Amino acid sequence: MVHAIPGVEGFMYPNEVELQWGLLVVVYPYITGLVAGAFILASLERVFRVEAVKPTYRLALLTALAFLLVAPLPLQLHLGHPERSLEMYLTPHKESAMAMFGFVYLWYLMVVLLVEIWLDYRADIVRRAQSETGLLRIVYRVLTLGSMNISPASLHVDERLGWIMTIVGIPSAFMLHGYVGFLFGSIKANPWWSTPLMPIVFLFSAMVSGIAGVQGIYMFSMWVRKKTIDMRCVDTIGTYLFYAFIIDFSLEMLDLLHRTYESSESFASLDFMVHTRLFTSQIVLQIIVGTLVPLAILAATQVLTLAEQTRKRMYATASVLTLIGIFFMRWNVVIGGQLFSKSFLGYTTYKLEFATREGLLTAGVLMILPLFILWGLVKLLPPWTEETAS
Amino acid sequence: MRVSFQDAKHLISLVGLFAAAVGVFVILRAAVVPAGFGKYGHYRAGAIDDNRARAVKFAGQGECVYCHDAQLQVRDSGRHKTISCEACHGPQAKHVASDGKEKPAKPDVIPLCLNCHEKDAAKPAFLPQVVKADHYTGTTCSDCHQPHNPKM
Amino acid sequence: MRKTRREILLSAGKYILLTGTAAAGLESLTGTASADTTTPASDGYKMADHWWGMTMEVDKCIGCGNCVRACSKENDVPEGFYRTWIERYHVKEGDMEHPTVESPDGGMHGFPPTSTPVDKSFFIPKLCNHCADSPCTQVCPVGATFVSPDGVVLVDQSYCLGCRYCVQACPYGCRFIHPTKNVVEKCNLCYHRITKGLTTACCEACPTGARKLVDLKNPKDPVHDFLRHYKVQVLKPHMATHAKVFYKDLDGSVR
Ligand code: HEC
Ligand code: HEC
Ligand code: HEC
Ligand code: HEC
Repeated sequence: MVHAIPGVEGFMYPNEVELQWGLLVVVYPYITGLVAGAFILASLERVFRVEAVKPTYRLALLTALAFLLVAPLPLQLHLGHPERSLEMYLTPHKESAMAMFGFVYLWYLMVVLLVEIWLDYRADIVRRAQSETGLLRIVYRVLTLGSMNISPASLHVDERLGWIMTIVGIPSAFMLHGYVGFLFGSIKANPWWSTPLMPIVFLFSAMVSGIAGVQGIYMFSMWVRKKTIDMRCVDTIGTYLFYAFIIDFSLEMLDLLHRTYESSESFASLDFMVHTRLFTSQIVLQIIVGTLVPLAILAATQVLTLAEQTRKRMYATASVLTLIGIFFMRWNVVIGGQLFSKSFLGYTTYKLEFATREGLLTAGVLMILPLFILWGLVKLLPPWTEETAS
Repeated sequence: MRVSFQDAKHLISLVGLFAAAVGVFVILRAAVVPAGFGKYGHYRAGAIDDNRARAVKFAGQGECVYCHDAQLQVRDSGRHKTISCEACHGPQAKHVASDGKEKPAKPDVIPLCLNCHEKDAAKPAFLPQVVKADHYTGTTCSDCHQPHNPKM
Repeated sequence: MRKTRREILLSAGKYILLTGTAAAGLESLTGTASADTTTPASDGYKMADHWWGMTMEVDKCIGCGNCVRACSKENDVPEGFYRTWIERYHVKEGDMEHPTVESPDGGMHGFPPTSTPVDKSFFIPKLCNHCADSPCTQVCPVGATFVSPDGVVLVDQSYCLGCRYCVQACPYGCRFIHPTKNVVEKCNLCYHRITKGLTTACCEACPTGARKLVDLKNPKDPVHDFLRHYKVQVLKPHMATHAKVFYKDLDGSVR
């Protein structure tokens, strides 16, 4: 009785068979999440004066910037008409979460992040503008914005203003990623997305991924630079990661519990999906590999007294697994939310392509690109405390 | 620490930079936003005309009656009277515009009739239905039924 | 008229956003002046005089696919996508939650005869519901899709970004991306026809009058009697979209 459309099981509305949002839209909240998370970690140090994580403060800011610069690219690439994207700023539709996201993004990039980085690095920039030669000198001169004043009083002004920016920055970072959650959470047509918990879940998962990201990047860069890892720092970050992760996991479980208990109209459909098409990405990769295992590792570091080398390895493993887990969390939200019919009577399949505009290759490039940008930023504005201290 | 204005002067260029960016944005916006945007609401008023601009392909029942009184009479005397001419003959705006010179294609009778009349459980009871295999005798439906009034 | 959610949101949104960066600028940027819709176009069509919708008499639908074919011809709908389509439902006695539904090629070529005996079956024609409070127009970031002053949800294909947010937001699956134009495409209620006094292509082609274009602002339209006499329903009423396609004799299993 049922007519076979390849990849479709049960009934889909005829226009629903193809997915609208693919891998790139998975990458986008993933990257924005890293930005928000990295920034929140940096802000912690500044606002709450946590000395232990100081070695990662500037690195976290630069990481946030590198990822933030790349964040709009996946969106751009998935548009049917990328050349029209400026319309989002020219005629933003006030009722549209997506249009307003454009402004949240700009605010965060221009006002919060760039200003904060500039204020923090200004003394270095001015010094370099005087000591460097050639092209670099010009670059740094431009970055000074024409002022060579690094008197203690002016640096004090920067410090105060920077602090204010951080205070402004924390809610902004929350908003940035909470907003991404809202983009999905406000779609009432889609029960997989439509929950007021969505922004909060996105926020905490962002913090988790950002903290894990900075932890990973810090340890990796120290290894590359053959410097010793500051154990107090990674221990503290590990603790943060553990707590943030617990909150994140509890929220997600709360959501799951709520859905299961309520068992509303869509539940059978979603439940079926989790047991079939999403089993690998949701149960195996997100929950087991990406959440329970790193949580167990982190818990072990919290309760057991372990050798330094062991702890390093455990933190590194936990960070990598966490990053994988959060990636699949995004995957399950974005892709999972489109695999079932809005009639709740059928399921379709996502066909991942490789070398297309929205394919795996592009996504891979977009994930690696921020690391290159970060590498450039680190060259231009070295974040290392050992050197700046001198 | 005592802070004089001099010490905050470097921030002026920062503010200036932002002011410049906002200025560029405002100018750009004035230059690029299409005319008529916001006239009726948050959209381009011209979009309404764009949607109206498409050419009509189904001329509508009202047109056929001017020239096809004969078929009309026949149709209206039977149970096909609720069916518009173009439901069976397809879009005929070109035919009308050419005063009948552009000839409509002949309907593919068997599938045409069967789309509507093939027996199916989901079809409502008021619709006369036939099972093709039982009813069809090898000739086409219009050999026995006059399509405009198919009553036997 | 009562204040719609749209208007409330609009004013709320305004205040929240005004605190943002582009504060003062934004207001002038996106000014929502509502111009006069009562002045007729050059051909005499006055938007303010109309409020379009449709009625569906489910028991009259014979599933012939005429509407789907007519729509596709009238609007050059790309193959494999549908501005309107027909679904065939099979419902086992009382099993409201598990109907068997099919829509081969949107019903474009009719339906193959039902093979297995079923308790109850019927056809459901669908199209854009031209919701007055539409989630799809709400989410459009740039104003490329909107409810026109005469109540039709239109797309500005020269302005659409192709972000697909509206496709996600439509609860009914009425929108799709045009495979070559890369912009969103949907039923525009044959806007080019209805503004010229014609009915839509689908209604023109419907042999039984199962679907009828209606003008809710026209006091002479039979729709007023229809809505007063019959028990009607809209699809997914819990979505509260103020859908304007009214179904008579709609079974509760339809979603
Ligand atoms: C301006 C007058 C005019 C109008 C209006 C008109 N027709 Fe015709 N139509 C003609 C003429 C004249 C012929 C005969 C052509 C011939 O026999 O050479 C014709 C022939 C036909 C034929 C038969 C072609 C054949 O194969 O013999 C069909 C079917 C037809 N018309 C359908 C329609 C439909 C449907 C409409 C309404 C949309 C319509 N016509 C409106 C003038 C008109
Ligand atoms: C139920 C479907 C149906 C409807 C409704 C219908 N026709 Fe036809 N018509 C046919 C078919 C089928 C033929 C071709 C018969 C044949 O090829 O033997 C035909 C033939 C014709 C012809 C060719 C000459 C003739 O009389 O056979 C004309 C002209 C015509 N139709 C006009 C009209 C007009 C005008 C209307 C609307 C008043 C109309 N038809 C409604 C199915 C229909
Ligand atoms: C677009 C759909 C459609 C097409 C095409 C169509 N019919 Fe019909 N036909 C109907 C409907 C609907 C009725 C019943 C109308 C009613 O009673 O309201 C009907 C009624 C009939 C009847 C019963 C007439 C009576 O007086 O009892 C016959 C016989 C019939 N059609 C034969 C045909 C044949 C033969 C063709 C092909 C030339 C054809 N139909 C094409 C829709 C169609
Ligand atoms: C050999 C002549 C012949 C041919 C060919 C023919 N029919 Fe008939 N049809 C009849 C006769 C006679 C009746 C009336 C007696 C009856 O109900 O069986 C009839 C009745 C009908 C009815 C009405 C049935 C009812 O329950 O009232 C429909 C519908 C119909 N035909 C459709 C078709 C269709 C569709 C075709 C083409 C596939 C077709 N016919 C071909 C002779 C024919």
